[in-house]
Amino acid sequence: MSRADVLLAGAGRRPNPLWTLGLLRSELVTTVRRWRTLALLGVLAAVPVLVGIAVKIETRGGGPAGGGGEGPAFISQITNNGLFLVFTALAATLPFFLPMAVGVVAGDAIAGEAGAGTLRYLLVAPAGRTRLLLTKYATVLAFCLLATLVVAVSALLVGALLFPLGELTTISGTRISFAEGLGRALLIALVVAASLVGVAALGLFVSTLTNSGIAAMATTVGLLITVQIVDQIPQLHALQPYLFPHYWLSFADLMRDPVYWDDLVKNLGLQALYAAVFGAAAWARFTAKDINA
Amino acid sequence: MDEPSATQSEPGDTAASVIATRGLTKRYRGGQLAVDGLDLTVPAGSVFGFLGPNGSGKTTTIRMLMGLIEPTAGTARVLGRPMPRAARTVLPQVGALIEGPALYGFLSGRDNLLRYDAADPTADPRTRRARVATALDRVGLAAAAGKKAKAYSLGMKQRLGLAAALLQPRRLLVLDEPTNGLDPQGMREIRTLIRELAADGTTVFLSSHLLDEIEQVCTHAAVMAQGRLVTQGAVADLAAGARDRLVVTTPDPAEGARVLKELGVGDVTADGDRVTGEPPARDLAEVTAALVTAGVRVRGLTVERASLEDAFVALTGEGFDVAG
Repeated sequence: MSRADVLLAGAGRRPNPLWTLGLLRSELVTTVRRWRTLALLGVLAAVPVLVGIAVKIETRGGGPAGGGGEGPAFISQITNNGLFLVFTALAATLPFFLPMAVGVVAGDAIAGEAGAGTLRYLLVAPAGRTRLLLTKYATVLAFCLLATLVVAVSALLVGALLFPLGELTTISGTRISFAEGLGRALLIALVVAASLVGVAALGLFVSTLTNSGIAAMATTVGLLITVQIVDQIPQLHALQPYLFPHYWLSFADLMRDPVYWDDLVKNLGLQALYAAVFGAAAWARFTAKDINA
Repeated sequence: MDEPSATQSEPGDTAASVIATRGLTKRYRGGQLAVDGLDLTVPAGSVFGFLGPNGSGKTTTIRMLMGLIEPTAGTARVLGRPMPRAARTVLPQVGALIEGPALYGFLSGRDNLLRYDAADPTADPRTRRARVATALDRVGLAAAAGKKAKAYSLGMKQRLGLAAALLQPRRLLVLDEPTNGLDPQGMREIRTLIRELAADGTTVFLSSHLLDEIEQVCTHAAVMAQGRLVTQGAVADLAAGARDRLVVTTPDPAEGARVLKELGVGDVTADGDRVTGEPPARDLAEVTAALVTAGVRVRGLTVERASLEDAFVALTGEGFDVAG
């Protein structure tokens, strides 16, 4: 076997530290090639389309949208400027659709591999437990960004198609150019993506607890709903500043002029805290776990 | 490719062994003792058969050797290094098929292997495609490489799992039931492949419930029962542990048995037209002559070689559970 000889010649190989990133690349590609991931992204892309069409139909007579200030933030301004559809769509998807999609991908990260039995082969390859966990978390974070951008880009396209674009008015009443508005939209998308860092870590931790991908996804999404409900109960207000969704909608403060940073910083700090706590818990659990699946 | 004793830090006992466990024990959380004080030694260059009924602790042992499970007590050294501590340096030199193949159904066979190869940080991405193609070729899957793995038959999945173990030149292959789900032709191919690999100097650790398979390809074997090691050693020695039998086929069994006893043959029993006993030290021709002289009509006289199965029955006092 001449081919085998070539392989044997490579046996004295000296691994390049960059080769370790091969797993991340494989993980990203594998995640995006899953039918489930594409379905989730499809649902997220459809939300701005629905909102845009609904607003368009509602305002055909020329009246203002959102009849009486109900509905997601910024919805009444969409007819003036399509760019506001980006903010509206992010405000509409951030409480549930976005974190649910992240919960599904994060919950499946380790548990899904365990359930399929592929986890043992990754570990024997050897992927290394810490390296695999870091790769999985990096992939979930990349998915957070991708999912948010899918919503934002879909909203921008629908907004540009159905409504006029141009200068826009901030919450504070000042006017900014369309280019600056686009910049703020991108910044908002990044902040929304960063708001999902906490759920991602929570989902990854849950994922290390079970060998069933479905159970991990259901638990993560269940926790998300529970926390969202607790965040709405006034009697529990002492608890609420520590709940990961509590400051989520603070991204609207980026549309103030000047930007009001307090809640934004609290949000990002809270997300970092969740990432640290549940990331550490996931690491402690996964590196000490017997892999029986 | 063998680096003799370069990685062997312990003097003495582990010098030539690829796998060496001392008092290896695993007790699961429920209190169930899956593996109990295992002292296993797999010599370098051997094809080592790992036998035992279902639930005897084979898979738990393999998982401890591969660093997937932490032992409750005892130590395991693979390629001279302690597991699971040295997993990062040991495992790239080990190919493994554990409890059947596991694949990403939505990826093609080739993409499955590309992913497993990417998981190994010591695998060169520049040679990845070539190595995957070679591995697919070696297990006879080159033609089906582009098909989605969920469309594979059990035998094809098994071959793909084997291919994953062959992505790199390995010093040790751990194969758990590698011929499961294969047809007789596929089994022959896999046995040929194992012999080829062994001839290249790869140590093969093969768990199987097919005794004749072990007898055909293995140089060494170990037998487990209820979490304990019953025996281990060279296959020839193990089979010799069960004694050969002298078998005389005759229409005069009673008379034949009497003559054999007179000749000093031990443990003589007559069953139908078969009279059996321990093989005598003397020339068999003399036995035949004595029988014929005494008027015993002899249809056949032979010494039946003990098989590994006889050895196994003698060791465990029970039949081999081949279910599953």
